[in-house]
Amino acid sequence: MFLIGPTLILGYRSLEGTDGALTLDNYRQLTSESVLSAYGMSIRISLTTAILGGLIGFLIAWAVSIGGLPRPFRSLTTTFSGVASNFAGVPLAAAYIFTLGRVGVVTALFKLLGVDLYRSGFSLYSFLGLTLVYLYFQIPLMVLVILPALDGLKREWREAAENLGATPNQYWRDIAFPVLTPSILGTMILLFGNAFGAHATAYALTGGLFNLATLLIGQQISGDVLHNPGLGYAVAMGMVVIMALSILVYSILQRRSERWLR
Amino acid sequence: MTTSVASVQVKTSARKQKLWAWVVFVVGALYFLLPLAATFYWSLRAEKDKLGFEAYRRLFADVNFLPAFSESIVNALAAILLSLLLIVPTAYWVTLRLPKLRPVVEFITLLPFVIPAVVLVFGLIRLYSRPPLLLTATYDSSRVVLICVYAALSFPYVFRSVDNGLRAMDVRALTEAAQSLGANWFTILFRVIFPNLRVALLSGALLTFAIVIGELTIALFMAQHTLGPYMANLTRSKVYEPSAMAIVAFALTWMALGLIQLVGRGQQGQITGGH
Repeated sequence: MFLIGPTLILGYRSLEGTDGALTLDNYRQLTSESVLSAYGMSIRISLTTAILGGLIGFLIAWAVSIGGLPRPFRSLTTTFSGVASNFAGVPLAAAYIFTLGRVGVVTALFKLLGVDLYRSGFSLYSFLGLTLVYLYFQIPLMVLVILPALDGLKREWREAAENLGATPNQYWRDIAFPVLTPSILGTMILLFGNAFGAHATAYALTGGLFNLATLLIGQQISGDVLHNPGLGYAVAMGMVVIMALSILVYSILQRRSERWLR
Repeated sequence: MTTSVASVQVKTSARKQKLWAWVVFVVGALYFLLPLAATFYWSLRAEKDKLGFEAYRRLFADVNFLPAFSESIVNALAAILLSLLLIVPTAYWVTLRLPKLRPVVEFITLLPFVIPAVVLVFGLIRLYSRPPLLLTATYDSSRVVLICVYAALSFPYVFRSVDNGLRAMDVRALTEAAQSLGANWFTILFRVIFPNLRVALLSGALLTFAIVIGELTIALFMAQHTLGPYMANLTRSKVYEPSAMAIVAFALTWMALGLIQLVGRGQQGQITGGH
């Protein structure tokens, strides 16, 4: 009623032309320049933060599990990751404005060192800035999801590899990575969807003016900027399709990885 | 001879590995703590030339803050209650009677991950803003819709923790025992199943609370005066208060998730909130 209903009405309306007749016109207009560039930006930022967040998150998970840090660091990291992955939206945007905004603490520190970040082209309200902010919830999510997979690497495999004369590099290349690949890829896809559907953080940071698919829909709700309501529905449906695909691929990959990690 | 060389090699590589682990950890910690430290620093600077808690005092003294905060808390509690009342019987029924329906239920509870919040609210407004289902006409009826949506958003988390909890106990034996003592379904659910799920329910509820309390997107477009839109507005209009607010929000999230760790030691089962 509150999940399927709204989606169905959007699906139906997206097929409705301005005169009320059924048509695919709205979907054809998805390829118009403004919509494509919003989607393009959304996809670029989601891909970047998924890949970076995935790699960094993996490294951190490795450090606290296999890397050999003392046990308390691990529980500290998982608890903090739980908090940080849920610490998004307005407070996160605010925290970054105070850190890397025009008068942020880090910006000021750089100025003391003689580097003017904003004059050298950096802006928190740009692609790079948004990436940095998104990573704040992407990395912890990666840590949370990938840690169990790293725990699933059996000690016996490593010992067996060493007994057979394998170097640590060989072990990682030939055994650990192939086993982990489905989990890593799957989680990165999850991160992709996570960033793709994000609205609150970007809205709070840029006031809804950045060119992202979610913000485009937001504008569509508060006033018809596109002058064609049907197109708004089509943009929304396009997002649902992309999200559904990413969740589907995630669950397939997750099932694959479970084969080894039982 | 060869074994000692090998063991030395293993030892140095282990030491190198540990060093790298520390490097990664420290760099990661810096990245995550820096924004918090910076925000905290700002929040102490509201008074000129002096560090103090003035920003917090002003935040709590703001006439709009406490109403928004308490409204968000009431919304969150209502959503949690609604979600528990829907999910626990459903999960129980699926576990006991209709295991075939499990994939369907799992699919439905995953929908909030598939439908972005902004798309969801778009559809909601279109669906409920005109007859026959005119539900967004007044502030209070919109609020009811908002609570229902929040309950729906919490399905993935609540279902997962309830499902974990149900798997950890022998549902069938408990049900049969209760039945043979003459209990009806209502009694079984509320006096046997619910109490046994305490830990699972609590962690699901706390997670929902953490996600819903500062929710922006849906509340914003439904014109609700809750904490999320209030915070977004504050960020744009004030200088020091937003930093105090961000710290308070972080502390709230930390408290909710810390409590989960405390009540459910060793229990896993969460993914992430809405951004």
